[in-house]
Amino acid sequence: MRIRLKLDNNTWLLAAMALAIAPHATRLPIWITLLCLGVGTMRLFEVRLPARWLLITLAAATAAGIYASYHTLFGRDAGVALLVAMLTLKLLESRTLRDSMLVIFISYFLVITHFLYSQTIPTGLYLLLVVLVITTTLIGLNHPGRQIEPRKQLRIATTLLGQAVPVMLVLFLFFPRVPGPLWGMPGDAYEGMTGLSDSMAPGSISKLSQSGAVAFRVAFDGQTPRPDQRYWRGPVLDFFDGRSWSATTEPVPKQAGITATGDPVSYTLTLEPHNKRWLLALDLPAELPTASRLGASFELLSDQPVRQRLRYRAVSYPDYQAGLIPGATELIRSLRLPSYGNPKTREMGNAWKRTSKGDAEIVRRALEMFQNEAFFYSLTPPLLGANSVDEFLFNSRRGFCEHYAGSFVFLMRAAGMPARVVTGYQGGESNPFGNYLIVRQSDAHAWAEVWLKNRGWVRVDPTAAVAPRRIESGLAAALPAGEPLPLLAQVDSAWLMKLRMSWDTLNNDWNQWVLGYGQERQYDLLSRLGFEMASWKELTAGLAAGVGALLLAFSGFMLWRRVPVGADPAAAIYQRFCRKLARVGIIRQPNEGAADFAQRTAVLRPDLALSAASISELYIALRYAPQPNPSDLRQFGQRVRDFRPYRIKS
Amino acid sequence: MFRLFNRPVWRRIFNRIDVEHGSITLDRKRVFILPTPHGLMFAAVLLLMLVGSINYSLSLGFVLTFLLGGMALVSILHTYRNLAQLTVSAGKIMPVFAGQPASFPLFLTNSSSTERYAVGVTPEKHHPQFVDVPAGATVTTALTLHAPQRGILRLGRFTLFTRFPLGLFRAWSKLDLDIACIVYPQPDTARLPQLAGIQGRGDRAITTEGRDDFRGMRPYHTGDSLRHVAWKALAQGRGMLTKQFSGQSRPVLWLNWDDLAGMDTESRLSRLCRWVLDAQNASLSYGLRIPDFTIEPGNGEAHQRTCLEALALFGIKDR
Repeated sequence: MRIRLKLDNNTWLLAAMALAIAPHATRLPIWITLLCLGVGTMRLFEVRLPARWLLITLAAATAAGIYASYHTLFGRDAGVALLVAMLTLKLLESRTLRDSMLVIFISYFLVITHFLYSQTIPTGLYLLLVVLVITTTLIGLNHPGRQIEPRKQLRIATTLLGQAVPVMLVLFLFFPRVPGPLWGMPGDAYEGMTGLSDSMAPGSISKLSQSGAVAFRVAFDGQTPRPDQRYWRGPVLDFFDGRSWSATTEPVPKQAGITATGDPVSYTLTLEPHNKRWLLALDLPAELPTASRLGASFELLSDQPVRQRLRYRAVSYPDYQAGLIPGATELIRSLRLPSYGNPKTREMGNAWKRTSKGDAEIVRRALEMFQNEAFFYSLTPPLLGANSVDEFLFNSRRGFCEHYAGSFVFLMRAAGMPARVVTGYQGGESNPFGNYLIVRQSDAHAWAEVWLKNRGWVRVDPTAAVAPRRIESGLAAALPAGEPLPLLAQVDSAWLMKLRMSWDTLNNDWNQWVLGYGQERQYDLLSRLGFEMASWKELTAGLAAGVGALLLAFSGFMLWRRVPVGADPAAAIYQRFCRKLARVGIIRQPNEGAADFAQRTAVLRPDLALSAASISELYIALRYAPQPNPSDLRQFGQRVRDFRPYRIKS
Repeated sequence: MFRLFNRPVWRRIFNRIDVEHGSITLDRKRVFILPTPHGLMFAAVLLLMLVGSINYSLSLGFVLTFLLGGMALVSILHTYRNLAQLTVSAGKIMPVFAGQPASFPLFLTNSSSTERYAVGVTPEKHHPQFVDVPAGATVTTALTLHAPQRGILRLGRFTLFTRFPLGLFRAWSKLDLDIACIVYPQPDTARLPQLAGIQGRGDRAITTEGRDDFRGMRPYHTGDSLRHVAWKALAQGRGMLTKQFSGQSRPVLWLNWDDLAGMDTESRLSRLCRWVLDAQNASLSYGLRIPDFTIEPGNGEAHQRTCLEALALFGIKDR
């Protein structure tokens, strides 16, 4: 069977819808995807449309199905599902132009819903293509009767969108931006964001480290700190329930007391949204970004959950002394252990406390144990039972950073030393093209802090004792051969690396300048253009003026500069002559010959008689000459240019 | 830009259109443009998209909304250009009988270098005809009006419009070319009475023109029966000639208004119309006598047209 693809309005409409729905297909329940495919096939083969009652029943059933799948009809995911389903069903009752136009408008709207999930460069390019196809369909629909040639249809759509681009740029840059949201967001609006969690159980960070997603990017003002200084402080966890570590929720009295001992490092960090309140900062931040504060455990907290890509400046001191005189509650919390469980570790801690000369020696003994005994660094450690710390330290001895940090802190507390778990990121990949550091989810890390007399809180990284290369060269270098690696952490060839870095630079610029273009950047741009403190009204007026000027330019180009086709050049010049006469009130009648017109002109305006007669003679000679002489044509043109009839006041 | 607010324009908007002759070029004073209901719906969708983009801080949402908004704005120019500077002129209008549709041919000339698509032509409140006019070309379209009664059917005001390319805006121009169609009376069903019956009344026969005796030849006129064409003469290269005969068998008919006493005016005209058609069909020589007007006997298409026009315009205007 041969299927001839005919590009009629129906085919265009189906193609436009299929392209607009396709990216949602992976997120929708399978039955909605099947419904779309079924309806599309029906329309493609022009099966008779179902009766109205059947359609209404189908719509009600679909709505019920969506409610069953999502337990709501509102919110981001259910809303999109509903929109897709209703658009598909609308196709089953599209009979008139009005119906089809509605389908087109909903399809345009459907395009915008994709941006709720992804705003990357490939998504943008793909959806631009979708918009082109929808527009092409719209043009076909507005050409009643015979089908317009697809080539022409596509050309008109491209022209329209191409001309819309400058208008879009003006609007994008100068349309007054207000920080959203205008109203409450649906609860599921920020689902699916990856990042650190506010609790840490064995396996939680190793799971996160499988993701190659970017956590944040940092551009340093000066030198990039050494790899072993790149500890990005995140949530601090000081409560252990026997299984997982979490942050104490009760407020802690604010502690001061940070003393810088080295040089400051200033940087701009662009944090990917993670829907939590903490911000990442180089250990230890001193000058804070706006709308943030330093928590009691020196963790940087934002006033609002980070739900959009956030760009902030901060200053940190990699060498510091903090918490020399800690509060009593803080110390008590950093010593607390569950009432039961992990007896072997408790016993070892007690023994070390009795036999060691000081706190520093206890720390040293623990690190030596990790370093000298058979501990292994692994992304796939065996599962642990109820006494997870005991099992890890005395039996399995295979673990990822959360195992080492967690058991180390437990051991310290058992030895009577205040200690806590710090989570965050360690390391980062330098991008030579963009001159910034990329920190990925695979760089997620957990380490420990112990409180030592006269030294305050001191960072101790037990993972470094087991796998020193993790700190120096990153995850891929530290893991033994045969471990499953996150895709992006794999060591790849030089050119692939280069490509990856260029792509990341492009993405970073896209994030900074396109996606990150908000109120702040707009003010910045306006003040650079010399509009200091532009008011809302001024912006709107400027906007209207800008768009108006663009449209005027287009209309000048399109309407007043169009050349008549196939016209004799002599005739075109003669037309110009007639227009000049028309301006002084002598209008050539449609049926009036050139010679008659010249005579009439002579009667009406004797002063113009001579020039009009000579121009007309030249015109007649040129117009009816078998092969007009170019120099004659030039002379004719010159005469008409020189012809300047003045107006006689009546 | 489109001079929306000067006074002649308002006159045009409020249907005070001057009657014009010859060909009309749709200059910018004649073309108006406003959003369609679909355009308003699109604006509502864009507003929704804008609010969504603000609420969710979707940068690409802003890009899309502004791109589509820009496209809609640019489409104003495209829709306007699709109609402006088109030249409209009327073609030859064929008379019709009452009750038939009258067709008014229009020539649309596109002297620009861009093709015009889906230009609609419609008389007031009628289903439009759509045509494409390629660059530099002239296309013919026709407006069709129902002709309910005899007389003169003026086309009156009609609209040229376009919604191309996006259907969001409609550009239009209202014109009145002062063209009209002559509507003949609707032919009655009563046939021309038997020729014999008429023959008896000698006063109607002035001349005879029949097939019996060859009288001579005259140049062929449109409408002459092909049976009377002198084919031999044509073969000899003497051109199309019609043979003429004289005889007694076919009398000249006078189709007489007064013969139809007792009927009202329109019925009489209908009856006479039928008789004219029948007489022409039978290749008779016939004359027409209606009050204040007499058409000498004759035959042929031109003669028939004269008779039918006289009937169509009876009592309508001064001659």
